[in-house]
Amino acid sequence: MGATITEKILAAHCEGQDVTPGAYVMAKVDFCLGNDITAPIAIEQFEKSGFEEVFDRSRIALVPDHFTPNKDIKTATLCKQLRRFARKHDIEHYWEVGRVGIEHALLPEQGLVGPGDLVVGADSHTCTYGALGAVSTGVGSTDLAACFATGEVWLRSPESMKFTFRGRLPRWVGGKDLILYTIGRIGVDGALYRAMEFCGPVIETLSMDGRLTMCNMAIEAGGMSGIVPPDEVTRDYCEGRLKREARYLRSDEDAKYVETYDWDVSELSPQVAAPFLPSNAAPVEEFKGVEIDQVVIGSCTNGRISDLREAARILEGRTAAPSVRVIVLPATRRIYRQALDEGLIATFIEAEAAVSTPTCGPCLGGHMGVLAAGERALTTTNRNFRGRMGHQTSEVYLCGPAVAAASAVTGRITHPDELEG
Amino acid sequence: MKGKCWKFGDDVNTDEIIPARYLNVTDAAELGAHCMEGVAPEFAATARAGDIIVADKNFGCGSSREHAPIAIKAAGIQCVVAKSFARIFFRNAINIGLPIVECPEAAGDAATGDLLEVALAQGAITNRTKGKRYSFPPFSSALQAIINAGGLLPYTRRRRGA
Ligand code: SF4
Repeated sequence: MGATITEKILAAHCEGQDVTPGAYVMAKVDFCLGNDITAPIAIEQFEKSGFEEVFDRSRIALVPDHFTPNKDIKTATLCKQLRRFARKHDIEHYWEVGRVGIEHALLPEQGLVGPGDLVVGADSHTCTYGALGAVSTGVGSTDLAACFATGEVWLRSPESMKFTFRGRLPRWVGGKDLILYTIGRIGVDGALYRAMEFCGPVIETLSMDGRLTMCNMAIEAGGMSGIVPPDEVTRDYCEGRLKREARYLRSDEDAKYVETYDWDVSELSPQVAAPFLPSNAAPVEEFKGVEIDQVVIGSCTNGRISDLREAARILEGRTAAPSVRVIVLPATRRIYRQALDEGLIATFIEAEAAVSTPTCGPCLGGHMGVLAAGERALTTTNRNFRGRMGHQTSEVYLCGPAVAAASAVTGRITHPDELEG
Repeated sequence: MKGKCWKFGDDVNTDEIIPARYLNVTDAAELGAHCMEGVAPEFAATARAGDIIVADKNFGCGSSREHAPIAIKAAGIQCVVAKSFARIFFRNAINIGLPIVECPEAAGDAATGDLLEVALAQGAITNRTKGKRYSFPPFSSALQAIINAGGLLPYTRRRRGA
């Protein structure tokens, strides 16, 4: 019987072991990463356990992106730990403020992860890199500590689910809407422990940015990973960028999936997910008129250049509603620079948005836009759990960049057609 | 293991177990003092050493923060039983040696205040209050090896012969 792309990639990293779904394997990783929240614990564990050397200083990334530029002394101390470890072990991929970006935007952009890779990161949204045709998944700090030492990780080989998207994407509908729709259909544990394979004509025409957005949120359905079979879009993205050799793999025709879904998305509306679960997704029309206090455009989900372009297209020549605070966070330095060159930053500033240096910031209620009691945000991030962006009684609605921008202008949840009809 | 049950519902996420405002903390005891704050603010102050957390499906969903199982362990919770666990929470618990058990029937029946007895090696849970007994399948041998070693890092050291 045939194998899925996920099974093929796992097998290539688990020499001689049985990778049948459900089996536990010890796998060799191509790359691992941690951030300023998770890596300090990993570093402490690594050192406390008496390990002295990292397995490969060129296959580790330490990304201080969550609380940077540091918001207080405690977070500055966490970053200092990262910095000390990076210097001590001569870790090749470490970035200071000014160079750093949000990890899941930064690593693909820098060509550090690519097709055929097995990547683990002490961050749940590590599943993002599946967009490149990699098996990539979030682990914990102790996993990362062990991985620093050995370059290996224990995994349960996942079953695969296949999602086929057909038809033609309507205007204003993109990767974020597809994934919110998917999570809405299967629920926040609909893909628990599984690999989610996204394919079909709609995915084939989706940009790499849109694919990264989709795979980013596989975890929001409980998935171990999301993956898009590599194609021309993947090759174009990786060419001249990827620092290692790409291994372009695809699932066999007769590969086995535990579940398959086949959706025609030609009539899909832009999606919004209401508090307090990403699975509360529904067409934007259903939330029409819901008033908002803050709009955030950014994060590892939607802080890439195409997201900023889409938001700017709507904000061009308009200003944010007086009642709304708009915060735009380009996800990396390169994206920031590109947005500047394209005039997008000027558009945001003219629209009276605050434009921030790359950081996770408000996405996790860290800094740069924390919500007060009872406030409501509409954001392009990926989680709307209770208290995610601040006070326990604050609310987060999730959406794509077009709905976020249109709603910023009106001060209430708005279909972009209302402005650009 | 015997302890009093604290019952939670579906999809308890890591932001509820330990909100992000405490992620600038790495001290286990301090994390423990805020355990479950996002869903049950009174929990950390009233839970006693040896209590057992019981939840419905998808416990620990959301971020990869190991602060979540660390906080639970530091709050004195000796075991977590749920209908199902989110994947990263599950591995974090195994890796740091927090006993966890997937047992849908026992989790579904239990209520806050019930007296539970969990026998890991026997794969059995007894709800003394309800007078019911449940069984759960043993861990795979790969996971059992990590658990037996006392967590992933001791296990890794042993494997490397260090
Ligand atoms: S942007 Fe948000 S979801 Fe993404 S890595 Fe940062 S905190 Fe996590």
